[in-house]
Amino acid sequence: MEPILRAEHLTKTFRRKGQEDVIAVNDVSFELMPGECLGIIGESGSGKSTVANLLTRLTEVTEGSICLHDKDITRQKGAALRETYRKIQMVFQTPAESFDPRRTLGDGIAESMVNVGTIPAEVKKRTRELLVRCGLSEDFAKRYPHQVSGGQCQRAAIARAIAVNPEILICDEATSALDVTIQKEILELLNELKEEHKMAYIFICHDIALVQQFCDRVLVMYHGKIVEQGIPDDVIRNPQNDYTKRLIASIL
Amino acid sequence: MSEILRYEHVDISYGGRVAVADISFALREGEILGIVGESGSGKSTLIKAAMGLLGPNGMVTRGDIWYQGKDLPNLSETEQRKINGPEIGMIFQQAGSSFCPIRTVGKQLYESMLEHESLTKEIFEQRAIELLDKIGFGNPKRILESYPFELSGGMQQRVGIAAAMLLNPRILMADEPTSALDVSVQKQVVEEMLLVRKCFETAIIIVTHNIGVIGAMADRVLVMKDGKAVEYGDKTQVLENPKEEYTKKLLDAVPRLNKEVL
Amino acid sequence: MNEPTVRIQKVKKDTVKIRLIIFGALAVALMLCSIFAEHLCPYDPYLQDLSNAKAAPSAAHIFGTDAYGRDMLSRVIIGSRSSIYSTLLLVAVITVIGTAVGVVCGWNGKRIDTVLMRISDVFLAFPGLVFALAVAGVLGGGIQNAIIALVAISWPKYARIARSQTLAQKETPYIKAAKLSGSSTGKILVKHILPNIIGPILVTSMLDIGTMMMELAGLSFLGLGAKPPMAEWGSMMSDARSLLKTVPWVTFAPGLAIFVSVMIFNLLGDTIRDYADPRSRGR
Repeated sequence: MEPILRAEHLTKTFRRKGQEDVIAVNDVSFELMPGECLGIIGESGSGKSTVANLLTRLTEVTEGSICLHDKDITRQKGAALRETYRKIQMVFQTPAESFDPRRTLGDGIAESMVNVGTIPAEVKKRTRELLVRCGLSEDFAKRYPHQVSGGQCQRAAIARAIAVNPEILICDEATSALDVTIQKEILELLNELKEEHKMAYIFICHDIALVQQFCDRVLVMYHGKIVEQGIPDDVIRNPQNDYTKRLIASIL
Repeated sequence: MSEILRYEHVDISYGGRVAVADISFALREGEILGIVGESGSGKSTLIKAAMGLLGPNGMVTRGDIWYQGKDLPNLSETEQRKINGPEIGMIFQQAGSSFCPIRTVGKQLYESMLEHESLTKEIFEQRAIELLDKIGFGNPKRILESYPFELSGGMQQRVGIAAAMLLNPRILMADEPTSALDVSVQKQVVEEMLLVRKCFETAIIIVTHNIGVIGAMADRVLVMKDGKAVEYGDKTQVLENPKEEYTKKLLDAVPRLNKEVL
Repeated sequence: MNEPTVRIQKVKKDTVKIRLIIFGALAVALMLCSIFAEHLCPYDPYLQDLSNAKAAPSAAHIFGTDAYGRDMLSRVIIGSRSSIYSTLLLVAVITVIGTAVGVVCGWNGKRIDTVLMRISDVFLAFPGLVFALAVAGVLGGGIQNAIIALVAISWPKYARIARSQTLAQKETPYIKAAKLSGSSTGKILVKHILPNIIGPILVTSMLDIGTMMMELAGLSFLGLGAKPPMAEWGSMMSDARSLLKTVPWVTFAPGLAIFVSVMIFNLLGDTIRDYADPRSRGR
């Protein structure tokens, strides 16, 4: 099988005036297979969220390349990049902040459809369908982000992400800010959608127990580098790296 | 063991809206009580009430919080200030942000101690080093001489605990002390609090949404939902044999490491 | 066991809305007054009546008359046109220019940002009114030139606010989400950035109405703004300066008008700030 996404020697250096450069992501390479759920785990500052921003081109890549199927998207701009965003979508850590506070959830979900010129009636219908699919009622389209709970907002964010039928969904700590009971519901939703839409997931997370439950493969990041990778059960059973060992030992 | 703090039928309102309703429990000397619940359950509000930290909108509208024969919600601000610190200490979610960034940790700890008792710098340093040493800091002197930003998040949190313990309070209240930390350092903070209890027999109330933390350190557990107490009992009973549906649901939702693969 | 103690909580009422309505209505009244100034004047504000010069306030002339016998009340009312109109125009212009520059700088960063921000630094480096004096001096007197002078020194403040607000919004998840939804830069700026940064900018401009009115009056007072016989509050005060000891009402009337309108716009600005701050509003 051909990988749908291939990252090769990805490096991101943040330059700071008068200070040393920070290498947030250092020579990271991996492949994502169709329908796979790839976990990326690491502590804060390990570079795992930067990887998400690089893959979605929200941050400029310093070195290395990203290929979606056979197309190099590393330096894409404008219309070509917008076309790529129909294949890669992302769900963020802070649901309430991932919607414009001055616009309704419905507007947010509809934005990608409006941008490709879908007719208004169709947009409205699709928005309602998506909301219902993600476990919300139709009238959530008219609500504002501050009027709904974190869990509801995250459901709407997932609805927005799958509106374009993406091939890859990146979840950047998508459940970390939620209560455990809500987290469980969201994970169940993500699992269902994965089957329905035949999506591949990149699941960024700091909870190794969650990765074990949810992911087919895991990359462990530490100080911007991939220090270990494999099937979660294998990694947990036989951690090679010091950081991974520490992480598993510190589970309460 | 005798009771040191007692909540009786406590209602707390913010601006006329009830946030916590009819909570009663008792804290025994040297006991660790875990208050667990999801966001909006009123768990933090509960301990803030004992410290008089509810803010201008919040108020204990009904019930009593008894400490040493005093009903805490009835105290004036001055009386409350005498209790906060030397009698009841507090640790916040991000102790790091309660330090001033441009002065050394030692200086700040000394100043906060001067608020409660007069002592010379030498005596302070001696006491601080002794304390830090006792609760497991490798190099106490260096900690006192460092600036807050030089310490990691976990270290800042541990220094926050030490700062509270300098005044040797009888009760320590901790509001989500591990939630802002990486998993790998959470354990250190939990261990630090257990050490504090062992060394000083301090009673601890820990408020958290992290069941793992409760499991690792609490003696008794109070489960809260929507401002009401759902279940209250011994840790083993609540965590291993919960009576209430909500507790079961909560425990069931916690992702656990499947250790069978080990 | 004792009965639990019951304590009564006093709930403070939220007065922001009422304040907003009151000050808003006052500001609207002030603007209406300037629009319909001619119809509100009891006398012709430019009609000289030397037989009735320097008359003290009376039932016929509430604010008295000036050195040429013109009715002070009518002059203050007609003066509101130039004072309030030019102030609003001035504030509108600096808000638009400043915001546009700030948003472009904040969003683009890089060279455009550096160049435009250094230019604004140059304007900020001069003491404001002195610079305005120089500009007005070069361009000559007159109300238009006074406005141009004040625009030149006032836009950088707005550019700074808009820039910092844009920088703060730029990194938020919802802007990232908008990019991922395939929105173009222009669309993001107009649909997402602008509505979210305009609040603090509008508040600043409301608060600035008072300041700008004072500065405009100041320039007119110095003879660099409105030219006689045009009624403008600042120049009216300036004209009457020599008569301060003998006929104080001639300075008192425009002074009071400036004081009241500056006050109203400041209070309105304060209230809008309170209202716009989400923390001050209930959920």
